[in-house]
Parts: sequence; structure tokens; C-alpha cells
Amino acid sequence: MAEQHNSYKIKVWRQANANAKGGFKNYKLDGVSTDMSFLEMIDMLNETLVRKGEDPISFDHDCREGICGACSMYINGHPHGMLEGVTTCQLHMRSFPNNTTITIEPWRAAAFPVIKDLTVNRSAFDRIIQSGGYVSVNTGNARDANEMPIPKEIADEAFEAAACIGCGACVAACKNASAMLFVSAKVSQLALLPQGKAEAQKRAENMVAQMDEEGFGSCTNTGACSAECPKLIGQEHIARLNREYLTAKAGSDFVK
Amino acid sequence: MSELNSKIPEGSIGEKWDKHKFNIRLVNPANKRKYTIIVVGTGLAGAAAAASLAELGYNVKAFTFHDSPRRAHSIAAQGGINAAKNYQNDGDSVYRLFYDTVKGGDYRSREGNVHRLAQVSVNIIDQCVAQGVPFAREYGGMLDNRSFGGALVSRTFYAKGQTGQQLLLGAYSALSRQVATGKVEMFTRTEMLDIVKIDGKAKGIITRNLVTGEIESHAGHAVLLCTGGYSNVFFLSTNAMACNATAAWRAHKKGAYFANPCYTQIHPTCIPVSGDHQSKLTLMSESLRNDGRVWVPRNPEDKNKKPSEIAEKDRFYYLEEKYPTFGNLVPRDVASRNAKYVCDEGLGVGATGKAVYLDFRDAIKRDGQSRVADKYGNLFDMYKQITHEDPYKVPMKIYPAPHYTMGGLWVDYNLMTNVDGLYALGEANFSDHGANRLGASALMQGLADGYFVAPYTVGDFLATQPYKTEDTSHQAFTQAKQEIEARIKKVMSINGKQTPDEIHKKLGRIMWEYCGMSRNAEGLKLARVEVQKLREEFWNDVKVVGTENQLNAELEKALRIADFLELGELMILDAHNRNESCGGHFREEYEINGEAKRDDENYSYVAAWEFPKNSTGEMMTGDPVLHKEELVFENVKLTQRSYK
Ligand SMILES: Cc1cc2nc3c(=O)[nH]c(=O)nc-3n(C[C@H](O)[C@H](O)[C@H](O)COP(=O)(O)OP(=O)(O)OC[C@H]3O[C@@H](n4cnc5c(N)ncnc54)[C@H](O)[C@@H]3O)c2cc1C
Ligand code: SF4
Ligand code: FES
Repeated sequence: MAEQHNSYKIKVWRQANANAKGGFKNYKLDGVSTDMSFLEMIDMLNETLVRKGEDPISFDHDCREGICGACSMYINGHPHGMLEGVTTCQLHMRSFPNNTTITIEPWRAAAFPVIKDLTVNRSAFDRIIQSGGYVSVNTGNARDANEMPIPKEIADEAFEAAACIGCGACVAACKNASAMLFVSAKVSQLALLPQGKAEAQKRAENMVAQMDEEGFGSCTNTGACSAECPKLIGQEHIARLNREYLTAKAGSDFVK
Repeated sequence: MSELNSKIPEGSIGEKWDKHKFNIRLVNPANKRKYTIIVVGTGLAGAAAAASLAELGYNVKAFTFHDSPRRAHSIAAQGGINAAKNYQNDGDSVYRLFYDTVKGGDYRSREGNVHRLAQVSVNIIDQCVAQGVPFAREYGGMLDNRSFGGALVSRTFYAKGQTGQQLLLGAYSALSRQVATGKVEMFTRTEMLDIVKIDGKAKGIITRNLVTGEIESHAGHAVLLCTGGYSNVFFLSTNAMACNATAAWRAHKKGAYFANPCYTQIHPTCIPVSGDHQSKLTLMSESLRNDGRVWVPRNPEDKNKKPSEIAEKDRFYYLEEKYPTFGNLVPRDVASRNAKYVCDEGLGVGATGKAVYLDFRDAIKRDGQSRVADKYGNLFDMYKQITHEDPYKVPMKIYPAPHYTMGGLWVDYNLMTNVDGLYALGEANFSDHGANRLGASALMQGLADGYFVAPYTVGDFLATQPYKTEDTSHQAFTQAKQEIEARIKKVMSINGKQTPDEIHKKLGRIMWEYCGMSRNAEGLKLARVEVQKLREEFWNDVKVVGTENQLNAELEKALRIADFLELGELMILDAHNRNESCGGHFREEYEINGEAKRDDENYSYVAAWEFPKNSTGEMMTGDPVLHKEELVFENVKLTQRSYK
């Protein structure tokens, strides 16, 4: 498809800060190249705002290659837009028909408060990892990497789970704003690998407790998270988390 | 003037590090908690250092401008990480990795540092696997390896095309564990804007809280800068949008020498620029050159033809023709330069004429589409997503782009800059890659510095330091804070006509034109004046909207660009000073048949620059002072690299 220049109405959430009342604002944008990425379209809109002396739209982004997990826009009713397995930064304007309205909102979840416009605070994810998303091994404590063979299928499955970019789209997609998919991806990765087994149950218990404390909702297995996850993290990880969690609970009740 | 002491330990190359570790002064475990270490940057180098130092018992304050340590630019590394494990039994060894790295760097790095890097490379893989990093494995359960440029052995460990992500998440998990214990205090969305020196020693930093705009002071006994590279001086590069040089440059202005700034790596296989709207360039992994063939039409008239309509005899496979032995797998600097030559001759393809083909037709014919998809599927998908062209059907179009910076803050063997107590780790320092970095060696260096070097050498320094922490009400802190506040006020008040991005793009064009893939004295002279003019323009005409006490991306950009505008000039000066070609630094006057011509007699030194002494006010004025560290080669013999 040859390059074209399109026009759009951009309907975007503006909110000055965490305490301010937000609302939608409409902008008209012409001359958008179909070769532009979605974020380059926002760059273009922002440059026009800045030249007029207006505050540009705030949004998180960095790698623009779909790997850092920073970008986080709710576009036309979908986190990261309508394409499957793609982050906001990998969307291109050729996917948006000429002369249409594009609606952009921030992630909406109590545990992800808005900082400004489309930028939200996702530090709750960091605290969940701090509560147990690691193997307790100090630097220098490791034995030779090939001493413990790990079957390829297991390593590959762990990799699939570890591919989570921590973007939070799963939370934004969930009607309960649950973080189950994110938590399960980490629990699953480490529970699959022999290195992570020793702490697997304690990890599941602690991370779920932290998730609850952060104010994420509960999981009712609608599967909306996996459907919108840009890295296609599957529901089987939630099942694995549940197994680890239940065994852990049973274990700790028994000890009591 | 030779106050530059690299502090390379005595002894044979194989014993230096072990001896040094033995001689290092130790801090009593009970006293470690009396020291606070400031770590700026939590990418591979910073997260590894912060976690390891906290595990030892030090108090660590860690800073990142990102919203989480997991977003550091390291996350984007694709191909892999080198280590001299010799798991493939193909003749690898610590010495061979050392040798390949010194040669790959075109003999412009320190033997002692590079050997240590090769030594600890093996521990890195062990550590990462113990953390649960899911490296690729063979069916038998053992770790898999692939080959990378500049080596004849398979020593590259990888996790699909997401090695950097998996390594960073490993380091991030170790860091998170220490945050949970309280040994690391983590400051996210916090940007370091200056370092504070007291009696010549680094004693703290000044930061800006990016959400509230608050300027804060933090005191410590040592400061580690792990703040990444400066490829974004070119505006368009493969780096993440926010990568910048401010931390290193502020340290430079406070006395730390900046080494070899002109050593930049231009990666040959990136998706070409398609228009003015472009915000960054995307890397297509080096591994593609294993199966893809690089060519352009032999006749300029064929440029606009469909590639499939160009007969075999009319295709110019220039790498294969010029370098029959290495063919498409010549090192990065050679591949990039040759792409530029053919495009300059008018043979380039695509809308801008600044692209060459990377063609998989023959590989698909030979191995079938599904084999090719197995190996490169995710890259082909990414390419299609961006360009809307299907590389299974038409050749990819690629062009070189700025990718990595070998230059950085000068450090000694202990990774300490010439400022006492101030360290630089990872891409932010200059230490290990000479004039050209080999693929898969940056991840190795970042983690080596963070996990296995700094935890020893920083302790050695702290063992000599008093426990008392400086008070942030000390005049050095209040003054530095006031200066930063004034600088921000000044930038906000200019209220000119050009946006920060507009000025940044102009800088990028100057740097790319005159200080990019090839350079000459005339152009560099001109470029210096152009950059100086642009700097004037910035300080008189930049427009920064919003206020300073809120989240303000425009202000963040403007402050970073102000520093790039000074660093750019230093890069130009360094390139002008170095009257030779070596690795990524190519001076048109110094070549033999289009290849780099080194001058070992006169330029076998590290160029460490001191900020102009007489510079006053906001803007750099005057000439920086050059200090030379002679490079000594006792093990590797210097020869002209040949890939023919
Ligand atoms: C696309 C791409 C692919 C690559 N692939 C490979 C590969 O396959 N193999 C390989 O070996 N290398 C690769 N590299 C190179 C490698 O990724 C980097 O050199 C390396 O990750 C740098 O790590 P670092 O820890 O030094 O810095 P970074 O990861 O860049 O981290 C910098 C940190 O510093 C922080 N920071 C910076 N300035 C400040 C400040 N002023 N205040 C507060 N915080 C600050 C940032 O927030 C961040 O946390 C690749 C690079 C690119 C661009
Ligand atoms: S599970 Fe998917 S949607 Fe959720 S944070 Fe990870 S990558 Fe994002
Ligand atoms: S900007 Fe990094 S994933 Fe989109």
C-alpha cells in the first residue's frame, strides 16, 4: 500500500494530575502519513499543541519496539488497540481508516491511578514482584549453568511466561481490574524451573496477598486478559498459579 | 601531564584480576551498613550492581527516570550474550574471547580490562541461570549457543530474540528482592541532574522528581553512574526514546574525563528512514546476515524496478564480491561503510535512495519458507508490521543506523572515574570495546561490571572512607541545587519558537552528516561551528510549555538536549583530533582501498577529555583539554584487520 495522508478526529482523555477531574478533548489532525506509527501520530499532535503553547498529551513510552512495556493506551475500546499480539507502539496508522474518530483513554484501574492524561502509576506491579517474584540467590552463589539440565519443552514454556512485559493491559482489559495474568506469568515461569521450585508455593501465596493489598480485583476467569495481552500470555498460567496457591494454602493451614 | 593512572594490576594477563581481588581492602561485614552507595540507572549494569552491593550489606539508593527498573533500555537487546563457556567444545577459551574482543575493537581497548571481562563472563551465565533466566536449550536440556560476528566459535547464549529482556528481568528480580529487604531504597521517575563533590570527592547527587518537579539532594559515600549510552545525540538511532547523556555529561562538567567520544557504532541492518515523522529506527538483528544476501542494482536505471525484475547478472552483491572470505558476515563497521558507499554512488533503493536489499530468496529456495520462518519469524513479522512489506516475498530494505557508543566516561581498572568515589558502569563507561564493539558483548560487559567487578572495587574504596555521611545541608549541596533550579527556570523562561524536538532533529542531522559513518577534517571543522550556533539557538529560541512543578516531558527533553548540544561538539573535536581510521571511527583521509587505516605509532591511546577549564555559565565555551592514556599491548599483536 502506497503512503497516504489521512485525517482523523482524536478524542483523548485529558487530566492535569491525579487529583484533577479529567475529561475527553477532541482534536482534529490532518496530514497523517499511513507509514507513521501510532505514537508518531501522537508526537505530531503534540508538536502542534506545543507550538500553540498548549500542554502536550502525556503518555508513557520508550523502546517503541514492543518490549519495554511502557506504552499503555486504551484505543477504541481495546488496550493497545484492536490488533492481536501487538503493543500500542507497534500499531501503524495504516490500520486506521481515513476520516474516522480515534478514542484514546488511559488504563483504568483503582490500582493504577492516573498521574497525568494517559500516564498511569503502575508501581503496584513492582511491589508485587518485590513480594516474591524472584529466586533467592545471591550474586556469586551459583553453580555451573549446565549442571542442571532442563528439558527444552520446560525451558520454552518458562520462556513463554517470562515474555510478559509488565504493561498492565491485562488489568485494563479485565472488568474486575484483576492482575491475575501478570502475577501468574511470573509464578508460572519460576514454578516451572527447578531453580524456582523451592520457593514456588510461598511465592504464589505472597504475590497473591500483595496483589490483593494493592487493590486489584479478583479473577472470575473471563479470559479477557489473555485475549488482549500483547504477548499472548495464556490462561494455563493462571491455572498453574491456582495450583501453587491452593497447595500453599493447604500446606500453611496444616502447619497451623 | 599524566595524572591518568589506569591502575592495571601487575602480573601476567591471566593473574591480574585474581591478584587484584586478593589485594583489595575489605570492609568488615558489620561496618558495611554504615555506608550508603548511590546507584544511578537500573539497567543491566545498575540493577546488577545495586542488588549485589545490597546483598553484601551496604545501603543502596537506586535511581531511574523510568517508572520501573524493568523498562531500562537493556530490555530491548535482541541477539544474545557472549561467554567463554566452551560448552560446544569448539575451541573457545577465556583467552580466545579476550583476543577476539581486543581485535574486534580494532586494538583500541585495554588488555587488562578485556581479559577480566572474558574471565567473569562464565560466572554471568551461571548467575543468570540460577535466577531463572530461561535461556534457549537443546533437546538434551543443555544450554544452546549461536554464532555472532567477529568470532569463529559459538559462544553466544540467547533467549529467542529477547535476550536483553530476560537478563534485565533477572537483574530486576534480584534488585526487587533487595528492595523488599529494605537494603535498597528505590527512586523511580527520578532523574539525576547533577553530582555533588566535596573536597574533590563525589558525595551525592541532585535529582528531579519527574512527577512533582521537586529538586532533591541525596548524599552517599560513593556514586555509581550506570546510565547507558549516548546514541540519541543523532536523534534517530536504535536506542529507546529516553536514552540520554545527561548523567555522564553532568559528571563530565564536574571534572570527570570523557573518553573516546567519537567511537560510535553504526549498525548495518536497520529499517531505513521513511520520512520526517520518524521518531526512531528499528534494528533487524545481525543474525539475519547468516542467510540474507545483501545487494543493490548494478545499474542506477534499475533502481525503481521491482527487485524480482532485476536479472541475476544485474545484481551487485557487493559484500560477497569485495570480501569473498567473510561475504555477508563482515563486521558491523565494514558492512555499514559499504552500504553507504553504494548508496553514495547512486545505487541505493527505496523512496529515498538510502537503502540496500537484504534478500532471503535464495535461503527460502534452499531451505524452504518454514525453516526460514523458524529462525527469523519474529523479525520478519516485526519488519512487516513496520514497513507493510512481506520479506518472504520481497527483499527487506535496510540501512545503517546509530546503535551503540563505545566512548563514555573514562574509568580506571576499578571502574572509578578520575573523580574519587565516582564510578561508571555499563555502556556509560568507555572501558572494554575499543573502537568497535562485537555483537553480544554489551550485555556481557554491563553484567560483568555490575555483578562481578564493582562489588569488589567499590568496597576497596569504601574501606578507606570515614563512616560519616555528608549532610545535604552542606553548602556544596545547596549550591548545586540552586544551580539546577536556576537552569530549569532559565530553560522554561526562554519561550522561543522552536520545540525541543525540532532542535534535536537539527543536531541529529549535523552529527549524522559530519560525524556519522564517515568523517573528514573539513566537514568536522564546519560541524563544530554549526553545533555551536545551534547551541546559541537553543538558549535563545527553545520553547518549553507547561510548568516545572508537574510531569513535563518537554522540559525533560529540553534539559537532555542542552547536554547533547555540548557532547556533540566534543564528539566532533575528538573525531577531528584522531587522524586515523579505526573501528567505527572512519576518517576519509585515512584509508586503504576503502578500509580503515590505523596509525598505531601516533594514536594508540585513549583520548580522555577534560571539560574546558574557562567555561562559565550555562553553555560550554572554549576548548576541552586532551589527556592521553597510552595503550600497552603485551599479549595481542597489532595487525591490520582483513576480511577479504
Ligand atoms: C536494539 C538494540 C539491541 C541490542 N542488542 C544487543 C545484544 O543482542 N547483545 C548485546 O550484548 N548488546 C545489545 N545491545 C546493547 C545493549 O543493550 C546496551 O549496551 C546495554 O543494555 C546497556 O546497559 P546499561 O545498563 O549500561 O544501560 P541502560 O540499560 O540503557 O540503562 C540505563 C539506566 O539509567 C537510567 N538513567 C539514565 N540517565 C539517568 C539519569 N540522569 N537519572 C536517573 N536515571 C538515569 C535509566 O533510567 C536506566 O535505568 C543492543 C542495543 C540496542 C539498542
Ligand atoms: S500478562 Fe500480558 S497484558 Fe499483562 S502485563 Fe504481562 S504482557 Fe502485559
Ligand atoms: S514503547 Fe516499549 S513496549 Fe511500547
